[in-house]
Amino acid sequence: MRGNPQVHEMIAPGTLAAVLELLSSKPGEWTPIAGGTELMVAYAAGRLSPSKLINLWGIPDLRFIETNPASISIGAATTFRDLRAHQAIAAQLPLLAKASSWIGSVANQSRASLGGNLVNGSPAADSSPALLVYDAEIELISVRGRRRIPYAEFHTGYKRNAMAPDELLFAVHLPLRFAKHRQYLRKVGTRRAMAISKVALAATALIEDGLISEIRLAAASLAPFPARLYQTESALLGQPINAAATQSARTALMAEAKPIDDIRSNAVYRTRVGANLVEEFLLTLLSEGKPQ
Amino acid sequence: MTATVPASTPTIRFTVNGEAVAVRTLPMKRLLDVLREDLHLTGTKEGCGEGECGSCSVRMNGELVNSCLVPALQAEGAVIQTVEDLATNGVLNSLQQAFLNCGGAQCGICTPGMLMAATQLLEVNPHPTLAEIREGLAGNLCRCTGFMRIFESVIEAAAKNIEDTAEPASHAR
Repeated sequence: MRGNPQVHEMIAPGTLAAVLELLSSKPGEWTPIAGGTELMVAYAAGRLSPSKLINLWGIPDLRFIETNPASISIGAATTFRDLRAHQAIAAQLPLLAKASSWIGSVANQSRASLGGNLVNGSPAADSSPALLVYDAEIELISVRGRRRIPYAEFHTGYKRNAMAPDELLFAVHLPLRFAKHRQYLRKVGTRRAMAISKVALAATALIEDGLISEIRLAAASLAPFPARLYQTESALLGQPINAAATQSARTALMAEAKPIDDIRSNAVYRTRVGANLVEEFLLTLLSEGKPQ
Repeated sequence: MTATVPASTPTIRFTVNGEAVAVRTLPMKRLLDVLREDLHLTGTKEGCGEGECGSCSVRMNGELVNSCLVPALQAEGAVIQTVEDLATNGVLNSLQQAFLNCGGAQCGICTPGMLMAATQLLEVNPHPTLAEIREGLAGNLCRCTGFMRIFESVIEAAAKNIEDTAEPASHAR
């Protein structure tokens, strides 16, 4: 089955204002498309349901990286290649730089956008765990105005999110307050390039006087959407890094993880690997230096 | 082979291999099909058709893309380079020659994509390490060569870059 260009309408209004106007006049009728690395795959397989697409690719208002003293803001249509190539992101948000370098392949990174990765809402989204442990905020825009929500509240269910039908994801804002945190990101997948992860884990933690004084853990593919692991965090907060803490973190993760069985892996394997990744992160905390 | 084209079909203008073209086509027609069917540039191959294999790789505005995932409308105003642009008057460029010398091409289906991915890599990074070559070509699958001969081809082409720019070989990291 192949996509049929006769049954899909696509327009390119060219400006953000015109896109928002159209989304507002007919909420839910038009589906935004940026780099197309998700929608065009569905299209090729003959399973792209939206018949009306509105082009975001090439709208400069949506493709930017703005660095401020206390934060970095990233336009929704910024590509993963843009993110990889950006020095401030490499220096200040290394987990995001690392995740960007994993996404697809060179050809996908030059087209796939950060906003697309989030709006698509795959449980396995590569950029999500890093954004979650960096306390990212999402800025939504519509003709009604703008609003910000914590990224941790963006996904509300499998492929569901907090956006209204007339809203567009405008930007992702990342506070720069993790310089002193130990940071970790690991993806477990089948193939180096292109592989959709079986499980991925990101972590940021602050160690003070041998105790974990702050910790954020977030996973891909351990729930119907990318999510923080709050119970596992609670099991570790205020604890020293030792065998007992590791065991209680593993137990908490096993209870908290709600992965699915699918073509790439199964729930039992995903949960166990998730626990192993948490343990690996804790082991890195014991070693000297600043692991990632 | 003339398809019936609806009246609303827009004309999309872009540059391909240095030549300005105007194609009347449906917005959601894939760039891959526009290149092959409308412009008869059949060097670009279709492999998986879903962005996994890299056979349809072309360069668009200086970046590598899978042309099977680019709707024609998004090519408006773009500068596209396909494998047909590499040779000059039938004379292979140094990268193509290296593929020939090293056995980097066997059945040939992946070759145009490999060449474009390698062209992109060498433009961004003229002296890549083996790890960088592997990463640069990681989105391109080959079922014949086992990849080693392709990597060797790129290494040879990069070495030629070094000779051509008269830099000492030690600069190749």
